[in-house]
Formats: sequence, C-alpha cells, structure tokens
Amino acid sequence: MPQAPDALLPAPELSAPIGPGNVRREGHSKVTGNALYSVEYQPDQIGATEPILYGAAVLSTIARGRIAAIDTKNAQAMPGVRLVLTADNVPRQSPWGPLNAPVRFARSQPVFFDRTVRYFGEPVAFVVADTFENATAAADLVSVRYEPLDASIVLKESGGINPAPLHGGKSADSRTGNFDEAFAQSPHQIDVRYDTPYQNHAAMELQGSLAHWKDGKLTVYAPAQIPDAMQEGLAATFGLPKDRVRVVARLIGGGFGGKLPYFSDSVACAIASRILKQPVKFSFTRQQMFTATTHRPAVLHHVRIGVGADGHIHALAHDVVSQTASFDNYLDGDTMGAKGLYRADAIQTTQRIARLDLPRSDSMRSPGDASGTLALESGIDEAARLCGLDPVEFRLRNDTQINPSTGQPFSSRHLAECLRQGAEKFGWSTRRKRREGEWLIGYGVAAAMRDNMLRPSSAEVTLAPDGVLVARLAMTDPGTGSITVLSQIASEAMGIPLDRVTVLIGDTDFPPTAGSGGSFGAESAGSALYEACVALRGALQSKAEVAAGTHLHFADGALIAGDRRYPLGRLVGAAGLTVQGHTAPGMEAKRYAEATFGAHFVEVAVNAVTGEMRCRRMLGAFAAGRILNARTARSQALGGMIWGLSSALIEGNVVDPRGQFVMRDLANYHVPIMADVGAIDVMLLPEIEPVANPIGIKGIGEVGINGAGAAIANAIFDACGVRVRSFPITLDKLLPGLPTLT
Amino acid sequence: MKSFSYMRARDVTEATRAAQRPGSKVIAGGTNLLDLAKLSIERPSALIDVNRIPGLKEIRRLPDGGVRIGALVTNADLAAHPLIREHYPLLSRAILAGASGQIRNMATTGGNLLQRTRCVQFYDTSDRCNKRAPGSGCGALDGANRMNAIVGGSASCIAVHPSDMAVAMRILDAVVETTDAHGAHRRIPIDDFYVLPDAAPQHETVLTPGEMITGVSLPAPPQGMQSYRKVRDRASYAFALVSVGAIAAVEEGHFTRVRFAFGGIAPKPWRIEAAEAALRGKPRNAQAISTACDIALAGAAGHGDNDFKIALAHRTLIAVLGA
Repeated sequence: MPQAPDALLPAPELSAPIGPGNVRREGHSKVTGNALYSVEYQPDQIGATEPILYGAAVLSTIARGRIAAIDTKNAQAMPGVRLVLTADNVPRQSPWGPLNAPVRFARSQPVFFDRTVRYFGEPVAFVVADTFENATAAADLVSVRYEPLDASIVLKESGGINPAPLHGGKSADSRTGNFDEAFAQSPHQIDVRYDTPYQNHAAMELQGSLAHWKDGKLTVYAPAQIPDAMQEGLAATFGLPKDRVRVVARLIGGGFGGKLPYFSDSVACAIASRILKQPVKFSFTRQQMFTATTHRPAVLHHVRIGVGADGHIHALAHDVVSQTASFDNYLDGDTMGAKGLYRADAIQTTQRIARLDLPRSDSMRSPGDASGTLALESGIDEAARLCGLDPVEFRLRNDTQINPSTGQPFSSRHLAECLRQGAEKFGWSTRRKRREGEWLIGYGVAAAMRDNMLRPSSAEVTLAPDGVLVARLAMTDPGTGSITVLSQIASEAMGIPLDRVTVLIGDTDFPPTAGSGGSFGAESAGSALYEACVALRGALQSKAEVAAGTHLHFADGALIAGDRRYPLGRLVGAAGLTVQGHTAPGMEAKRYAEATFGAHFVEVAVNAVTGEMRCRRMLGAFAAGRILNARTARSQALGGMIWGLSSALIEGNVVDPRGQFVMRDLANYHVPIMADVGAIDVMLLPEIEPVANPIGIKGIGEVGINGAGAAIANAIFDACGVRVRSFPITLDKLLPGLPTLT
Repeated sequence: MKSFSYMRARDVTEATRAAQRPGSKVIAGGTNLLDLAKLSIERPSALIDVNRIPGLKEIRRLPDGGVRIGALVTNADLAAHPLIREHYPLLSRAILAGASGQIRNMATTGGNLLQRTRCVQFYDTSDRCNKRAPGSGCGALDGANRMNAIVGGSASCIAVHPSDMAVAMRILDAVVETTDAHGAHRRIPIDDFYVLPDAAPQHETVLTPGEMITGVSLPAPPQGMQSYRKVRDRASYAFALVSVGAIAAVEEGHFTRVRFAFGGIAPKPWRIEAAEAALRGKPRNAQAISTACDIALAGAAGHGDNDFKIALAHRTLIAVLGA
C-alpha cells in the first residue's frame, strides 16, 4: 500500500493564540453537587462488599518531646470501635525519607513509627469505628502522656543552615558579578528587610483518603496532585512493588500544592484496612488540616538594591531564611525573581533553611516566588522611588531578554509588553493620587515571573470504531481545568468534535504523568497527549489507502485526503486502535531560560482614620505563550491575583508559645471574601512560545500570584506614605504610621 | 463529639423544664452551639430544640413606640424588618455587619445574645482556658491575643463578646425578657444581662439553669443620627477588631444627645454612660470625642498583640462621631 509522505501530513494545529473559552467539562457535576470526591465513594463504587469504616485522628499537644504512654482503654471500650492505632501496635513500615530523594513526594512516610513528637498537632493515634460519630467520640478519649522537651519555634535570621549538602551538593545560592563592590559603588541604595508569614492550605476539599486492601493489592482514593508519586511513596512505605498499589484521584477539590505530598491519612487508612479487611476512610478536620498537612513557610528576606544615576540596577541581592520542619529539608525558592527578573551587573542570592519544631512546610501556590516577589517587588518599588523614577519606567529600563543569572536567552519574554499594555489599559499614566473623604487613594505596580517547566509525562489514546476518542493518563484536575484543556488538545489535534472526546485522568493504572503542580501540569500532560495524538494520526494515515502525494488533514472526525473522506472509526478494527505518546525535557531546556511573565496594576484605598485598606481595582497582564482556554486560563490568573491580594492584606498565621498555629478554622484564618476583591481584570497577551513544548504553551497556574501582593503594598505606600515591611499589611501595622487626628 | 439526646419542645414550659436538667442545652439556630459541640468544647448531654415553639418569631410594635422582638426571630429577618429599618437602622446595620448571609439566616435573636465570648484559646481544647475548664488558667493573657479584650476582662479571662447585634441593642437600651422553669418572668436590662468574667468566666450572663430568653423589647428610639461602623481584617465575615455604634444629635456643631458603645474590645457590649454625658454640649471635634473615649476606656490595657485596639477605638469613635 502506498504511503503518503510525512511532509503532506503537517503537525496538527491548535487554535492560536488565544483558545476558545470552553466551560469546564465536569463543571456541571461540581456545581450541582453530583461530583464525587475521594472520601465520598460508596462500597459499590469501589468494588467492595463490606461497609466502609471511619477513622479519626488524635494530634499531639506538645511541639517536641516523647510520648511516655498512650492509654487507649477508654477509646477501645466505646461502641463501634474496631481499632486504635498507635506507636504501640503499628505494623512495621519503611523508615521516613530519604531526605535527598529525587522526588520528595515519593518518599516513604510511615505513621506512628516511634514515640517522638516532632511538632504540635502531629498525628499520634488513629481510631477506626463503624461510624464517623463513634470514631470521633472515641478519639476524644485517647489519653496521651508526654515528656516534653524544649522546642525551637521562632524563625530567626541567624538560624538558617545552608541546604546545599542536602540537595546533592547543588547550591541553591547564586552569584553573578561582584555584589559587594557593585552595591558599595551605587549612588542609590536600598537595604531593607521584609518578612512573609506562614500560610496554611485552606482548599475547600479537606485532606482525606479512602483505602481498600483487596487480594493483596492496595487501592487508595485520595486527592493526590501527583498520583504516580503517591503510588511510589505508598509502595515504599509498605515495601511493596509499585504494581500492588493503585492511587485514584479523579477529582480534587483544590490542590494549590497542598496535595502534592501525601499524608498520614492515606497511610493510616491503608494500615487499618489491611488489618480490618474492610475499606477505611478518614478526612482530617478543618482544624487538623492546619498542622497535620503542610504550609507555606514563613520567610525572612533581606533585599539590597544598588542603582546607578541612570536608573540601571547595578547590584541586586536577595538573601532569605525560610522555615522547614526539624526532620525535613523543604526549601522555598524565594530568590527566583531576583535571579531572573532584571538585568543587573551583579546578582547575589542565598537561601537558608531554619529547622524548627513546627509542622512541615512545603509547596503552596507558586512556592517561593509568591513570598519572594512580595519582598523583591516591594524593594524594587522602593528603589524606583529613591531614584525618582516611575516604577513602570524603572522596570522597563531594567528589562532583559537574557536570564541575568544563567546567561541563557529567554525562549519568549514579553514583560515589557505586559507592563506597557497593562499600563495603558489600566490608565497608569493618568492615575491621580488623591483623597476622597476619609480615603486615601494610591496606585501600585509590580512585575511577575514564574519559571516554566516541562516534566516527563505520557498518555494513551484509543480510537473506537464508533469514532469516539478516549484518552487515558494519570494526570489530575485540582480545579484548574485540566480535563477541559486536555479534551481540547485531543479534539483539535485529531479533528474530532469535543463531544466525541473523553479524557480519563487521576488513576495510576493509566500512563504516568507529572501530575498537577508548579504550573507544569497542562504543559507536561498536554504535550504527552498531543504526542499520542500525533502518533495516532500517523497510524491512521497508514491505515487509509491514500495515493502518494495527497495532502492530508483531520477534520470533523475524518481523515481528509484530497477529495476523499475517511471517517476515523472505519479505519480501526473492532478493538479500536490504541497508541501512546510521551514527552520529556529536551536540549532546549538547557539552551533557553523559560518563564511566564506578567505585570500587575492596582488601585487601593486606605482609610486615613481607621487604617482599613481596600483594593479597588486590579489588572493583571500576562504573556504565557498560547492560551489553550481563555476561560480557565483567566480563572487561574484571577485566583492567583486574589491570593496575592490575600497575602498583601489578609492572610497569614502565627505560632503561639506552645508551637501551635493560632488560627485553625476559616472564621479565624482569613482568606479574601468577594467583598475584598473589588474590580479585577485579566489581560492575556498573544504570545508565541517557540521552544518549550510542542503545544506552544507556558504555565499560567501560578504567575498570577507573583507580584500581585507587592503591587498592593506599593499602592498602599503610594496612598499613605507608610511602608509596612511585614506581611500581611494588617491595619494594626499601618496605624502607627498614619497621621494623628485633630 | 459526645452523643446527646434530642428533644423538640412544644412550648416554653416544656423547654425550660427540660433545659433545667444538668447537661441540657437549648438549641435554636445552632450557629454557635453546634460549632462548639463539634470541637468538644460544649459537651451537652441533651439538646432542647425550641425552634417549633409558637409565638416566638414575631416582631410587633409596642404602644409606647418601641418594638418587641421574639427570641426566635432570625438575624436576617430582624435586619430586614421594616420597623427595624425605619426606626432602628443602627440595629439593622449592626446585624448585617455580622457573620454571613447563611449564618444570619439560621441565627436567632436569643441565640445571638447568648453566643459564647470568643477567644482562640477557648476554641483549642489543648490549651488553658478558665472559661472552658475553670481553674486551668488562661492561654491568651501571655499567648496570642490579637482579638482579645482591652477592657472588662480579668486576670482569668480576656475573651470578647463577638456580637454586633448586642452592641446595637445595648445602645438602644434593650430589655431581655426571660422565663424560667418555674414559669417566672424577668425583664433584664441588657447591661445587667451580661456579667464580666472576674474570677468565674464560665458565667457570661445572669440566666439561671433552665431560664430561657423569650424576647427582647426595645423602647422607642432616641432622636439622633444612628450609625454602626465595624473595623475588621477583611471586608466581610470577620469579627470586629473594634466596632462602634452610636446615636448622636448635633446642633450648631455641638453634641446635644449622644449614645455610643464599642464591640470587639470587651466581654460584653461596652457602653459607659458617663462618657456619653461628657460629650453633651461639647463641640463636635476630635479632641472632645477622644476625651469621651478616654472615659469609656478608663483602665483599658492591651496584652501585647491587641495593644493597637486602644488607638483604633479612639480613631473609630472619631470617625463615627466626628464631623
């Protein structure tokens, strides 16, 4: 059979540059309450014949020490109680770690494996009963006697250690040029310290799991952003081959990095299910979430900026210390902005971690960059003002197309366009700082950057004889819209209408992916799916009897060859046709620096009497390569910007003298409500990303938070002349700087 | 959460008799009690549901120009009622400044008055709290206390009464009407209804076991501009850092009649009549208002995190009463 030359089957074209705004495919089921989350499955939905048992956790009430004794008698005697799991009776598991694991989310994480207490609110016992109420009531009766030790709970600048030895010797520090010299010689100098607070995960869906051992195989239903990592971690914990562990994460009610790690809920449920030979489910309570999962670490920032008389940055330093747990090595990448946002003769960054007797810190939306840019972009504003330059102009003057820390060219960088077009739409040049009654009105700007990452991923597509395409991949959708954009990619690549494309995700039985996180989800899984579709096109083309030299394309569920039309279903046998695709970072990742850029513009009102602050207007302009879906991309940007607002004005936790997080419910741990947000808008700039991946996109999930909070802080300074360098800027911090009332 | 029995009371007599038994708790909207029970802070053995008792959901005009509000009138209904909006806008505004729409739909007038004073340590069963566990100490005095009281507290408790509605009612000289298990009725001025913590912070009101709020009556509103201003950490659904309710009449730049009270700074709505008297006849300026505030806050002291509330109370009062 003659084969058409490849050149006549061009690579599939995706809609560009701004894709359609398709609504979320699973949206209706979510808003009508029909969507099923991990702990909501009923026995028949997981292939179980026995009823599901319920767990409840007991958390430690000291920050550091030893468990002298756990008395479970009263709990065991409660009605319906089946098991009380503690250090006294827990089966053997692999040791915790290792610390330098290549994928920290795949580490072994045993529960109750010793009698050491490492932080306040650490799970120390797990009660399983026939009902939720019985489990919870019994958990109240578990009595733990502690031998406390002195705990170290205060983050100090001097308390940091260099994490380099923990990360395979690769330093987290960077040094370009001679900072000390360049700074000393700069006519304008900013030398300031900022601090950013602990932030806790407050996604709508709590962390919880449903575990089911059956026929020697463990299945865990859990909101895992990276099911493959969790599968590997659970297998390591229990010393099992990976193929005896299955992780299912079909829907996730908010991830934000809080569900990148897996937690004791899944391990405890798995152990209990194995012992009791019944499925076991458990969800931390909202209060327990604050300590038993992970949080964004508090960070101390030292920012120094030396600027020449011409407004060019000569020296830039960002030195940080961030919290990690006493037994962990989590490093928040707070200095990434300093390394890549501005051209400077000398750039120095250092990152230290302080091991404290507090819960584990780990990723939270735009880890490192979110808190790092609060400090850096506030410092840049201070520098611009010191030089007497407009803060937009100052940033434009220091823009670069070369990553200043690595010397690599950016594959695409339109920060200047974001600043210019954003400024125009916002009305930056006609802004008018003013007073309206009690309210002082001010304006702020900040730049945003988030590194772009492609991670190895794979996908499988099956074309059925009825022409329906089913894609399978262990990708997840933590509310970002993955299911929707993956469906679009497959639909556009194959020329198959969207309603004939089904995307199945969230199951380690499917081809492995990088999952969702770090803004790499759509790019990694999407590219793998695209490659699978390219392979399927090739396979279908070879099945059609097409004359050599015929131009081919796929449209309306058919292969079109000249004036002939081959419905795709007819090209495959009764079993359908299944092919796989794969993606991984190539050489381009070494040659180019890749990042998404953006700019934030805000208008705030500060009450001169009470110190109340309101964000009136917010505009974010972003260039993130091809925008797959204008609606879900915009939602990602909005969500990030609102979190930036939260970080500037509202959100942050504190630790009490015992080492306990003070705020542990949504009445006290504040995140913005609608009334806080004001008018908010997003501009997505058309941009061609030629290098990063075959689908021409860059990550958009995190860039929205970066800089958004700093823009607000800068606007507050603009409005009232008070620079608060401790986030969030709550009114008690602002009040001392406001004029007295006469 | 401990198991409990549940009883639906048909009338006030049945409710008060049942509620008199140790461990019994009356439940109406449940917006505070259920939260506390889920955290094992309240551990009732019996819940007496009063929601179906007839006659407690009415708002009616009294012959003296006041109104009587049934104990089961929801916060949402009370805030929206034409009589309240027209004659007691302070009360409408205060209620709408509190909680969320969902909570206001459930919360009742009686329940709002009876919500427990708040403090994060009260909500943390692993911490010391003289209110939750009398004699165990106070974790707030030397711990996190940003939201706590600057006046009216004691060496044993600095929790804050979180109600916005109660601040307005205090200014309006509300009278709390109750019935006890013996059928005796009391009319308790709202200022006498709340007791300060002193050495026994577990007692927050003068109610006796079984005694139940049946309604609240408000006298005819005094003349003057009514206002309620709540300063908080976000624009809605947050407890007050400081709130100020006021009714002020001003003639030719001078105060003729003034009432004001604070929320968010004390274990009960904080109104000091002597401070109001000090403003009478005084020019409407920041200095006069600040002097009155000094009287209202005599003896006020911060405990570290909440030091700012003293200055904030002054500034907010100036914002509300000033020109």
